[in-house]
Amino acid sequence: MSEVLLNVRNLRVTYPGDDGDFRAVRNVSFSLGRERLGIVGESGSGKSTTGRAIMGLVQRPGRIEADELTLFDKQGGKTDLRAMSERGFRALRGQRLAMVLQDPKYSLDPVMRVGDQIAETHRAHLRSSKAEAYKASLDMLNAVHIRDPERVYGMYPHQVSGGMGQRIMIAMMLIAGPDILIADEPTSALDVTVQTQVLAIMDDLVQRRGMGLILISHNLHLVSSFCDRVLVMYAGQVVETCEAGKLHEATHPYTRGLLAALPQLGNRRHELPQLQRDPAWAADL
Amino acid sequence: MGGAAQAAPLPTEGAARRSWRYARQTGGVLFSVALTFLGLTCVTFFVGRIIPIDPVLAIVGDKASRETYERVRIEIGLDQPIPVQYWRYLMKVLHGEFGTSLITAHPVLQDLLRVFPATLELAFLALFIGIVCGVPLGVFAAINRGRWQDQLIRFASLLGYSMPVFWLGLIGLLLFYAKLGWVEGPGRLDVSFDDIVPTVTGMITIDSLIAGEDEVFWNAFWHLVLPASILGYLSLAYVARMTRSFMLSQLSQEYVLATLAKGLSPFRVVWIHALGNAWVQLVTVIALTFGSLLEGAVLTETVFAWPGLGLYMKNSLFNADLNAVLGGTMLVGIVYIGLNMLSDLIYPLVDPRARK
Repeated sequence: MSEVLLNVRNLRVTYPGDDGDFRAVRNVSFSLGRERLGIVGESGSGKSTTGRAIMGLVQRPGRIEADELTLFDKQGGKTDLRAMSERGFRALRGQRLAMVLQDPKYSLDPVMRVGDQIAETHRAHLRSSKAEAYKASLDMLNAVHIRDPERVYGMYPHQVSGGMGQRIMIAMMLIAGPDILIADEPTSALDVTVQTQVLAIMDDLVQRRGMGLILISHNLHLVSSFCDRVLVMYAGQVVETCEAGKLHEATHPYTRGLLAALPQLGNRRHELPQLQRDPAWAADL
Repeated sequence: MGGAAQAAPLPTEGAARRSWRYARQTGGVLFSVALTFLGLTCVTFFVGRIIPIDPVLAIVGDKASRETYERVRIEIGLDQPIPVQYWRYLMKVLHGEFGTSLITAHPVLQDLLRVFPATLELAFLALFIGIVCGVPLGVFAAINRGRWQDQLIRFASLLGYSMPVFWLGLIGLLLFYAKLGWVEGPGRLDVSFDDIVPTVTGMITIDSLIAGEDEVFWNAFWHLVLPASILGYLSLAYVARMTRSFMLSQLSQEYVLATLAKGLSPFRVVWIHALGNAWVQLVTVIALTFGSLLEGAVLTETVFAWPGLGLYMKNSLFNADLNAVLGGTMLVGIVYIGLNMLSDLIYPLVDPRARK
């Protein structure tokens, strides 16, 4: 981790409710360099909301606050995301920050040709002509290892498989050359055999372009084997940060409990231990 | 691992098989249309038998003798068994024979061909108003959900839903014709413009354009505007409400989040992506709206003395002109069948998943 791309300090996302505010994300802090950062946690732990808050995509009436939320560019310029207008965010999305969603079956527009959906990102950000965007889209389809890109360009989302759809999604999100990719459960909806393939393609592109990747997942195995660093979230807070390779040295009882509950090859046990939750984990740190 | 490239297998089939499947599909559509048509003739036939109008009496008059009555009854085939009567009726209908109208003394088919274009002209403009205003209003309400703009549009469309059309028509005439003089009054044309342009389509606005008669066109147009706006308001109300609810369900879809994450403008996200998907559902709504416009025309045409299908049907009903009523009913039914077929044809244009 050499230079910093994104700095997050005490990020809070709050949804007002009838019986008091719901604090979906509480004081999350981390910084991201040109690396692969994993965020793991169970459903409702605030990991997806963290990703969306960085993109400025938290729906009304949700509220985003932070002590620092800064995006750095290659020249060392700073962009304060907290003061960003909706119009300003629009220029950043796709071009500086991008996001891959869980299931390509739902995250691609079903009535538009997939190629046009890729070209659309290019045209919106680079003000390119139709022909340039078409050419760039074919190159991008090639880059995500799609054979016969001309044919695939004209296909509709219901005509492509899950793995192919997710590669199209990656192409669509990376075509305008963002610095940071937030992948929100990018492989959870895919077959196990396709998962590693899609991850490898994504990893290859992210490495070659020197991007920062935030991989959001509930899959501890996947994150620890794929990422450089791991944040463990519980009830809206980061309870543990560690090097992915040193996950077995984790100290927080929640992380330890999760690790203990993982089945392991060659280690015969009759029963896996159940995670015993301690209400103290949810208290403000 | 990195080089693992795989193209999803696509179903490939030969041209022969494809055309066979297309033929089968078309055959299926035609079969269902024929079946619907048969059902329609059944309904009109039995309605004609059930309603308390004696067709013989309507012809001979109540002063005729017993013998004359009997003779006419046999002449028009009412002594035959019901299935035979139905068969004869079906054969006649297939040949376009709906009998002769009692009031006009013309063949019903000829009457219908004369009055229907007037109604079509009205319904087309009303539908145009309904779509051009209703869809954007519905979209606008959806993106401002819960705010005052949404409330206002919902209130206005509820009003259109619940307002009786004849009342709206009368108020409209009173205000825009009698008081303000912005539009022309009842009828399709001022009397002085009658019979100037030759009939081509039967729609005066189009015929006058074909004939190059500007003055006639504008006169016809200003006659048309008020009734079409009032009918259009009704369809607008329905289209706007449906568009709003379709858009709300589309806007909560995952792909909308993805298009926002790409950095597209809200305009593109809403009007290209979300509305593009909402059209799939709107096609049916619009086809049905057009059908109901033909029905709504009955009251509007009566108020505006518009010589269309609605007024013709009303006059026939009040004069126990059974042939004319059944002929008109058949025409409306056929239009409905045609609209359904049309929306089946339009589906694949807006929804790639419906393309086979």
